[in-house]
Amino acid sequence: MKKTLILTTALVSFGFAANADVTVMSWGGAYGAAQTEAHVKPWSAKTGNPAIMVDSDNPAPAIKAMVEAGNVTVDVASVEYADAIRLCDEGILEPIDAASLPPAPDGTPATEDFLPGAITECGVSTDIWSNIFAYDSSKFSGDNVPRTAADFFDLEKFPGKRGLRKGAKAVLEFALLGDGVPAAEVYDVLNTPEGVDRAFAKLDTIKDQVVWWEAGAQPPQLLADGEVVMTTAYNGRIFNAAMTEGKPFVIVWDGQIYENEMYVVPKGAPNKDLAMDFIRYATSTEGLRAQAQQISYGPARKSSFAEPIVFKDGKTVMAPHLPTAPENLGNALETSSDFWVDHDAELNERFQSWLAQ
Amino acid sequence: MAEAPTALLTTADGRPLKAALATAQARARRRAFLLVLPLLAFVLLTFLIPIVYMLKRSFEHDGFASSAPALAAWFDANPDFDPNNPPEEAYAALVQDLARMQVEKTTGIAGTRINYSVPGSISLFKKGAREAASLTPPFKESLPALDKEWARPALWRGMASASHVYTAEFYKVALDLKLTDNGWARGQDNERIYLYLFAKTFLISAIITLLCLLLAFPVAHLLATLPMAKSSLLMILVLLPFWTSLLVRTTSWIALLQEQGVVNNMLVALGLVDDSGRLAMMYNMTGTIVAMTHVLLPFMILPLYSVMRVIPPSYARAARSLGATSWTTFRRVYLPQTLPGIAAGSLLVFILAVGYYITPALVGGADGQLISNLIAFHMSKSNWSLAAAIAGMLLASILLLYWLYDRLIGIDRLKFG
Repeated sequence: MKKTLILTTALVSFGFAANADVTVMSWGGAYGAAQTEAHVKPWSAKTGNPAIMVDSDNPAPAIKAMVEAGNVTVDVASVEYADAIRLCDEGILEPIDAASLPPAPDGTPATEDFLPGAITECGVSTDIWSNIFAYDSSKFSGDNVPRTAADFFDLEKFPGKRGLRKGAKAVLEFALLGDGVPAAEVYDVLNTPEGVDRAFAKLDTIKDQVVWWEAGAQPPQLLADGEVVMTTAYNGRIFNAAMTEGKPFVIVWDGQIYENEMYVVPKGAPNKDLAMDFIRYATSTEGLRAQAQQISYGPARKSSFAEPIVFKDGKTVMAPHLPTAPENLGNALETSSDFWVDHDAELNERFQSWLAQ
Repeated sequence: MAEAPTALLTTADGRPLKAALATAQARARRRAFLLVLPLLAFVLLTFLIPIVYMLKRSFEHDGFASSAPALAAWFDANPDFDPNNPPEEAYAALVQDLARMQVEKTTGIAGTRINYSVPGSISLFKKGAREAASLTPPFKESLPALDKEWARPALWRGMASASHVYTAEFYKVALDLKLTDNGWARGQDNERIYLYLFAKTFLISAIITLLCLLLAFPVAHLLATLPMAKSSLLMILVLLPFWTSLLVRTTSWIALLQEQGVVNNMLVALGLVDDSGRLAMMYNMTGTIVAMTHVLLPFMILPLYSVMRVIPPSYARAARSLGATSWTTFRRVYLPQTLPGIAAGSLLVFILAVGYYITPALVGGADGQLISNLIAFHMSKSNWSLAAAIAGMLLASILLLYWLYDRLIGIDRLKFG
């Protein structure tokens, strides 16, 4: 059976098993472009090894399929934090030696330079991204603008439709934050049946005003079309729409829910050693800085902030736009991968059932 | 009565004609088979084998069985143990396996397998495996002291069931059953989702099929009866959307139907609806039905057209001249002749609609979600066995419908063109 699976997968993956030395798989769009410009091209130029970027809806299931079929064509993949943990537990990923990561320019070892949790057994953070909510400043202005997660759920003060991601993750946490639960207690509350009920009860208060989105490109579009007055979104997408398309979007950082995005190496990668070298390069102080110049997702190394990071337009200073900026971390929550690895399926079934009621 | 000797027909070289004919036919058949071989291999490789593999996955998972051999052996020896109060040997086997998982790094695989039926197990197993080496007997007390979850009857039921490689567990989950302390039971109302979505998927698909039929019938008739030049032009109008990317068509419906969209703007401009009372036609069931009907319409028009084109107009004229009203002519003469096309189109549209994924995902909103969206969800969360079980049920229900269809209408009446 394994053999036949290899055969079928070989047929399917025929297309991009090109003769490039190192293949990096990421999410495409503005994000994939940022990693291509910041990591793939410079690494290739520096080491002389050809490298290509391939796009995927979500690299995690793709590499799992490859490893299970025994036909791995990807050397490095960019996956969500919880997936980096889960796939590592399932034996799908190569362990990465944290000691081999390059130190900061001042000699601080990588393990101390990275923020806590940014290096795991099988993954190294490429950036920190965040679920935030944003509003259209042409709809609300002056003093009457949303400032807190609670305002998102306040239909009296801020009437109008809301955009929310169609899924349990980051939505249930956001509902609790909006209900006044302190960030430090959110997962304790959510770990109880009453806490889950409380989150759904909060969502009930705006349910008939919600437009649900699934793809990251949708929320800026919903805002631009005037379909919603405010929406949750990935912060980089809103930043890009505001910077490059001049949209009047404002990000509210109160109640942001952030997490690391991880570079991982699938087990059996054709160029494992080169892949590790790529990850060492990409997650160096300079590598992380270079990515933050392309898109407003924050580096997970403290040393990357030694000098101000400037956006590719040459004038916008990135610091205040990053999830990790001190002023943005006032009421912020880090996604608990432990919680979601355990409860993803269960809470999502509840969520789908709640949606259908 | 003496039997007349029959003169055996032979070929020029003296072989019996019958045998020669058989050889020649066999050779022709072999040649034909060789021609079909590439297609057969292709279908086998890319269609049948993956389906068989998928079905196999839906009731096979060795994640726990292979990483917890001691406990699996104990469960085999004691099939009738009391999950409410497992004995010390069971705990000892479990602790032994946990220690082994820590060494072999299989904690995640085992925990993930149990997590499918008992949520929360992944972190439980990770914690347990880390501490297993330092636990002291009696394990019946020391393990639950670590985390009282270890004594939960549901967990023991889950482990007992997962210690077999082959299991119907994924089908139970797909039938909205939940593993409780007392065994498998119907889940709470706010957790049940799969059966409801199955029913909804079939209902929406039926509505879409009906709408497609109502819209396609007159168009196909027009195409079939108009002079060639005009019907070719019309045909292009039918095919143009057919050739356009599915995503483009779906997103253009969003632009048309959303609250600030073209249709609502026009209605407001005409004063037909109030600015505050804009119609909600997108991100709900209406949006899903409209967009999917449009996307699937050509699959109804084309088979209908191919059948209608060859219906001789003289039949209808004959019926009229014999005194039938136009309604009777349509009902008794024309409609029955189009049945093979209706059957083919409906079957095509319905089966495509049941498995549709991207359109409901984009325009479905809260209540336009279909079962395929949940299959995709479980695929992305790497619970492939559950995804396979739901897909298997979908496949089974379509085969059932196909069988019913064959009994009621007859598959030989199908005509695609």
